[in-house]
Amino acid sequence: MYEFLTDLRQYPFLQNALLTGLLAGVACGVIGTYIVVRRISYIAGGIAHSVLAGLGAAFYLQRVHHWSALQPVYGALVVAVIAAITIGLVSLKARQREDTAISALWAVGMAIGIVFISMTPGYNEELMGYLFGNILLVSSSELWMLGGLDVIIVVLGLLFYNQFLAVCFDQEFARLRGMNVEFFYLLLLALAALTVVILATVVGIVMVVALLTLPVAIAALFCRTLWMMMIVSTVLCVAFTTSGLAISYSPDYPTGATTILVAGFAYLFAITFRWTSDRIRN
Amino acid sequence: MPDSVPVNGSHFPAVMIRGLNFSYDGYLVLEDVNIEIQQGDFVSVVGPNGGGKTTLIKLILGLLTPSSGAVKVFGQDPDRVRTRMGYMPQHSQLDFQFPATVMDVTLMGRLGHGSHFGFYSREDREIVLMCLEKVGLAAIRRKSFAEISGGQRQRLFLARALACEPDMLLLDEPTANLDVAMEGDLYKLLQELNEKLTIVIVSHDLGFVSQVVRTVLCVKRKVLTHPTAEITGEIINEIYGSPMKMIRHNGGGEGCNCTSS
Repeated sequence: MYEFLTDLRQYPFLQNALLTGLLAGVACGVIGTYIVVRRISYIAGGIAHSVLAGLGAAFYLQRVHHWSALQPVYGALVVAVIAAITIGLVSLKARQREDTAISALWAVGMAIGIVFISMTPGYNEELMGYLFGNILLVSSSELWMLGGLDVIIVVLGLLFYNQFLAVCFDQEFARLRGMNVEFFYLLLLALAALTVVILATVVGIVMVVALLTLPVAIAALFCRTLWMMMIVSTVLCVAFTTSGLAISYSPDYPTGATTILVAGFAYLFAITFRWTSDRIRN
Repeated sequence: MPDSVPVNGSHFPAVMIRGLNFSYDGYLVLEDVNIEIQQGDFVSVVGPNGGGKTTLIKLILGLLTPSSGAVKVFGQDPDRVRTRMGYMPQHSQLDFQFPATVMDVTLMGRLGHGSHFGFYSREDREIVLMCLEKVGLAAIRRKSFAEISGGQRQRLFLARALACEPDMLLLDEPTANLDVAMEGDLYKLLQELNEKLTIVIVSHDLGFVSQVVRTVLCVKRKVLTHPTAEITGEIINEIYGSPMKMIRHNGGGEGCNCTSS
């Protein structure tokens, strides 16, 4: 731990990692709260994995056909937004088939990605990075992207807080109040898709799923309003990434996995705590 | 026939349905519905489960589109006058773990009144507080939606419908989770509200019907209108699917064919 603190002052890569945790916390706290209360974490998982198609395709075009301007993340963003809108429309129009559509998109998206990867020569470390990520290798351009995402999320989140709340709580009633429910639901899914992609390119899919759900799940045990849940889960998210970084640094454990384990144990602890305190009160 | 009380200077009937059929998944839920609800009326919608009561309410709200025929609310298409209707749904499909306070939920009734962006005004909050007082929930307005009882939740949804400041109130099974005392309070409140607005409630409770309701809509695939004064044991039998009888119904000379299947 001491080594972590002294190195933190010296090495920019560690400072970047810490900053990544902070910025990721805001996005995960706000978007994760919506995902958890609307019970669409499966949608987030589906989008995250289907995005491999865009990533693979962009990667292939870049390497084989020398479209050098086409960063893999651009391909990922395009596919993510398409996937979000497709899933959103399916869930709005044909609710009972929603989970089937997500599973299909999830599997087909990954398969397309794998095909493109197999056609691309060389070692595809970026794609491995997309799955498992490495918070210690974050570039400053990625930090800017994450910062931009936070600004978009916070501004829209403040502006439409009551609208998002109403759509998540009772879609039918929101429609009766003259709200364009489709627009707000798709906007929410598009924001979730952006969050998933940008965070996945930085810290990896597995970590994204963990950070979007675990801090919020803990916050949900103790918070009675949406905004409180957002703030608490943001703080928890930052605490998990920071402690994951600190704990894994000296023994050289994988940072992402350590962070997820910290969050997982915290969740287990919180549930046990809540359960026992409810028992005692009754 | 109840007196027509003009609301907002308009003289259209609150609801007019002509030649309406509605099918769902190939199954005919409502057939050849022709009804008119006057402004200021107090209507109870009764009938067996699965008879199409909630469907009828949702057609009036414009949440469902008729397979054929027309629905007019205050003389216009339902989705154009939606915000003039206050709706209290059967809420079993909502997530009881949702992180929102009693106040938060009631405030949703104020959406669609001001701008499309963010925040509720001070006036919105005052109106919401008044509505919560009416249903006796003002004291627990900071409690979470997850913590309150079934009966409180029911009254909360009534408060949310009132917060819409509607010209017509549509309540789907408002007495489902209420005890007898609370039910009495609800009737009194609705009677008071009926002085200013049209009320349509779905109810199993015929005791309620005889006290405050002026018109009864009997829904069992077909819809028939009875003024309350004509409600007899025979109609009650029909509504609950017992032996079939013929009754005279309001105005016209045709018989009621509210048949039990």
